Amino acid sequence: MSDKHQTKSKYTSDRQIPGAFEGETVTRRRFMTTTTHVAGAVAASAFLLPALGFALGPVFEQHIEKWQDIGPEGDFGADDYTPKTIQVTDGIGEAGRGTAYVRKYNPQVDSQPIDEYNHYIAISSSCMHLGCPVQYVPAAERFICPCHGGVYNVEGKVAGGPPVRPLDRYYTRVRHGRVQLGPKYSVNSNLDKFSPRDPGEPLDGIGQYLYPSRPTLRKDPNQSNQ
Amino acid sequence: MPKLPNIKLPKPPVPPPPALNPAPKRPGAKKPKPSPVEAAQGAGTHAVGWIDERTSLSGAARWMMFRKIPKGTNWFYTLGSATMFAFLSQAVTGVFLAMYYNPSVTQAYESVRYINNEAFLGEFVHGMHKWGSSVMVILVFLHMARTFFFGAYKYPRELNWVIGVALLILTMVMSFTGYLLPFDQRSYWATIVGVNINGTGPLVGPYLNDFLRAGPFFGATTLSRFYAIHMMLLPGVIAALIGAHLYLVAKLGTTAPPWAKAEEDEALREEQV
Repeated sequence: MSDKHQTKSKYTSDRQIPGAFEGETVTRRRFMTTTTHVAGAVAASAFLLPALGFALGPVFEQHIEKWQDIGPEGDFGADDYTPKTIQVTDGIGEAGRGTAYVRKYNPQVDSQPIDEYNHYIAISSSCMHLGCPVQYVPAAERFICPCHGGVYNVEGKVAGGPPVRPLDRYYTRVRHGRVQLGPKYSVNSNLDKFSPRDPGEPLDGIGQYLYPSRPTLRKDPNQSNQ
Repeated sequence: MPKLPNIKLPKPPVPPPPALNPAPKRPGAKKPKPSPVEAAQGAGTHAVGWIDERTSLSGAARWMMFRKIPKGTNWFYTLGSATMFAFLSQAVTGVFLAMYYNPSVTQAYESVRYINNEAFLGEFVHGMHKWGSSVMVILVFLHMARTFFFGAYKYPRELNWVIGVALLILTMVMSFTGYLLPFDQRSYWATIVGVNINGTGPLVGPYLNDFLRAGPFFGATTLSRFYAIHMMLLPGVIAALIGAHLYLVAKLGTTAPPWAKAEEDEALREEQV
C-alpha cells in the first residue's frame, strides 16, 4: 500500500495544516462549507416551512358546527322522512348546502335507546360509498344512490351495493318546539356512534383504526356552540 | 548532421485551382460594402452568431437535435414528442383560459359560461383545453406502451422510465384538479367522489382528503386550492420533469426496435472464424 491510503489523523495539527492548533479536528475549509450549507438550509426553510404550514393549516383548524333550525316539530312524521335543505359549509353559496332526511324517533324501527339527541332521526344524504347524494324513495322505503347503486334501508343501514357503512347521522334536539340539527357523526353497522369520517371508510372491525378521525372533529354534540 | 533514414514522405496535397482559392485581401484594403440585399440575407446569421458567440448554444442545439438514431426507427417513436406537444397545447390554452377564469365558488361557473358563450373564440380555446387533456392522457399511455413493448425501459434507461411514471401521475393529478374548475354539477360531484376515493387509502387517506379539500368539508378554499395546484404548482413540475426526461433521451439515445438485427461486418465474421 502506498502512503496515499494511510488513514489520516483526525487532528489538523498532525496533518501539517498551516495554522492548526492543538485538538482541532475540523479544518477551516470544512467548517466554512458546513456553515454555508446550514445557512442555505435555514434560508430555504424560512420560506418552505411557512408555505407548507399555510397549505396544511386547514387540516388542523378547529371546526365548530352550529345548531341550525330545521323547522317546527310538527313538520316531521314518524313513518316518513322529510327532506330538509341544510347548510353544510358557510360562504360558498349553493355548493355549501346539503340535504338531511329527518323523521321522528319510531320505536318500531329504531333499535338504539332514545336519548337527548335522537328524538328526531336526521340522516345525511351523503352516500357512504363515495359521497354522492342519496335520495329517499318512500314507495320502496329505501335510500338509493344514483352514482353506483348503493341502497340503504329505512334506518340508513346498507341494504345493497358498494357502501361500506350506514348513512351518517346528525344530532338533533328540540328547543322551544323547534327541531335543531347539530354536528354530524358516523355509525358502524350496529349504529354505534363514531367521530365523523369521510365516505368510503368502513368502521366495522379495524376500520375505525385504519381510518382515524380528525382531531378537530369529534362526535361529542356538546363541542358545538349554541 | 545525422543521416535521415530512408523513408517515404507523403506528397504535399495538390494545391486547389486559383479560382477556388482567392488571393487573401491585402491589409488595409477596403472591404466591398454589402448590398442591402446581402446585408438583409446576412442579418439572421449575424444575430444567431452574436448569441452563439456569447452562449455556445449551437453546440447544445446540435447535441439535442442532430442525434444518431438506430435503423428501424418508426412512427411509434413520435409518441413522446406528441405527448409533449399535447402538454404545450394545454399550457398555452390554459394560460389564455386563466385570463377569463375566476376561481371563486360563486364566480367560477359564471366565468366559464362567459368563456364558452361570449368571449371571442372562447368556446374553441376551452374545447382545445378540455379535449386536449384527454388526448394527452391517451398519448401518455400510448407512449408508455411503446416504451414497454419495445423494451426501451431497460438498462440504462430505467431512470427515464421512473421519471415517465412520475409524469404519468402528475398528468393524472392535472386531470383530477382540472375537472373541478368548470364548477358545474358534474365537476362538483366528480370531485367529491374523487376525493373520497383518495380517502379510502388506509391511515393516510383521511389526512389526504383534508389536505385536498383544505378542511373536513368541500369548502370555500377547495376550488382555489385545486386551481393553484392545477395552474401553478404542477405545470412547473411537469415542465421540469419533461426537461430531465428529454435530457436523458438525448444522452442515452433511443433504442432500436426489438425486431432490428445487428448488421455484422462480413470481414469481421471471417476473422472470428
